[in-house]
Amino acid sequence: MSQIPTDLRYTKSHEWVRTLPDGSVEIGITDHAQHALGDLVFVEVPESGRKLAAGDACAVVESVKAASDVYSPLGGEVVAGNGLLATQPELINTDPYGQGWILRLKPATGASSTSLMTSDAYQAEVAAGG
Amino acid sequence: MPYIPHTGADVRAMLDRIGVDCIDQLFDEIPPELRVDSLPGVPAPLSEMEVARLAAERAAMDSRCLNFIGAGAYEHHIPAPVWALATRGEIYSAYTPYQAEASQGTLQIMYEYQSMIAGLTGMDVSNASLYDGASALAEACLMAVRAHRRSQSARILMPASVNPVWRKVARAITEGQRLQLETLPVDPARGTTDPKSLERYTGQDVTAIVIQQPNFFGQLEDIEALTRWARANGALVIAAVNPVSLALLAPPGEWGEGGADIACGDAQPFGVPLSSGGPYVGFMASRIEHVRQMPGRIAGRTVDADGRPGFTLTLQAREQHIRRGKATSNICTNQGLLMTAATIHLALLGPAGLERVARACVARTQELIAALTRIDGIRCAFAGPRFHEAVLQFDRPVAPLLESLAAEGIIGGLDLSRDYPELGHALLTCATETRTSADVECYASLLKRLLGRQAAA
Repeated sequence: MSQIPTDLRYTKSHEWVRTLPDGSVEIGITDHAQHALGDLVFVEVPESGRKLAAGDACAVVESVKAASDVYSPLGGEVVAGNGLLATQPELINTDPYGQGWILRLKPATGASSTSLMTSDAYQAEVAAGG
Repeated sequence: MPYIPHTGADVRAMLDRIGVDCIDQLFDEIPPELRVDSLPGVPAPLSEMEVARLAAERAAMDSRCLNFIGAGAYEHHIPAPVWALATRGEIYSAYTPYQAEASQGTLQIMYEYQSMIAGLTGMDVSNASLYDGASALAEACLMAVRAHRRSQSARILMPASVNPVWRKVARAITEGQRLQLETLPVDPARGTTDPKSLERYTGQDVTAIVIQQPNFFGQLEDIEALTRWARANGALVIAAVNPVSLALLAPPGEWGEGGADIACGDAQPFGVPLSSGGPYVGFMASRIEHVRQMPGRIAGRTVDADGRPGFTLTLQAREQHIRRGKATSNICTNQGLLMTAATIHLALLGPAGLERVARACVARTQELIAALTRIDGIRCAFAGPRFHEAVLQFDRPVAPLLESLAAEGIIGGLDLSRDYPELGHALLTCATETRTSADVECYASLLKRLLGRQAAA
């Protein structure tokens, strides 16, 4: 059973969103997603300053068996990519909601994580095989 | 004899089973205006006997002339073992087999080839080949745009001294993919790219600069100054090189400060005959940090479950069978057979042998230039160092002279008036190690006679 912290918001494409005290958001992929991908060998994180629309492909996670895009749950501007992942992609496997974060985003005006799924809704989505 | 195993009845049975009237119906989703009903210029089918006859006639047209033309494809001696080995049944295929790891020998050849290309170019990693030098340059431009993520412009500086056919191919392949290829002028005195021509781009967002060494005219570019400018201005460097020249010249990995980012070119000079223009084999190598943006197959060395050494295809998440539309290229195979020939050729030559070939080419070309420029009305177009080609300027049009030479069994070079009208009556000519002093003398004396006869007429 994968972990789904209750204080985060989620997308159907298995990204999580954490709102930080300064109003920016941290984005990663869920425990369920990392488990499905297997051991990660490479992560491409976005450059700071890049402008994203909600749903844009913003990162690539590559495992020994597949490569997948990560989609930005919200529109906004990239504040930081997680540089640690360049040499330690496995952080996504070992700590998907902590050290394995992928990018931080300053949401565009009006963009809010409250429009995304709650942990309960995501739990139901995963249980339904989504 | 038909090569399609299905009879009309087989096809009918399959269509009936899936409930479709005719094969065309399976392609219904392609709009009618995009369909091609006829292929103008493609001849009617021929029987096997007719094809064999046609091929023999075409092969006979592949001239036995004395050849002094280079311009991107070079006649070198190919030791007999190269094709005796490359055509053995075990490796006689252009393809990487499915379940590639079952063919350890094929993967080992790829790995050896990559090691040789990486060593020659001074780069970290090589792929297992591309179609030819021209498409390798196009792929290098696309790769540079993917690799240089801070650069938004997708703007690539392309000197006019780069092979014009390669430039056309690069333009055709990158067109519609938002790349902007901007032409840099040729310095008319030296036949190279003047580093000063880059000044107008200083401070602008330039994704990459292409540097061909030696360039299309055989002249040596100021790679140090061009590479330093690129470094200082945050542009990547794409090196297009003749691999034979690397036995004598600095490898791209050592250009300027930090070296080039991507090196590409045509490995045809390694064991691949001219064959009227192809097939040839492109190569590409790069720095390790760009490897995930590299197109094409890559073989890696590894160990199996019992710790025994073995070879495997690696970094396949770049490729279309995994990444689909987001793959680094739609190239899913490589020029495996020609790569095999190139690997055998290089293994036979070794570093010392390759250097002897390169030195012989330079010496023979110097001899050719000296012999031809002794004739009144012919001068060397450019000052400065060169490899095994030179541009000669004539006091009259070159095309009729080339025709007369061909009638006497000599291919004198490439008439540059179409691609470089600004150079006047200019000829690009080349001599490799396969030309003898007697060949050079034969060319010079015939040319002298033709020019004298024209003057008298």
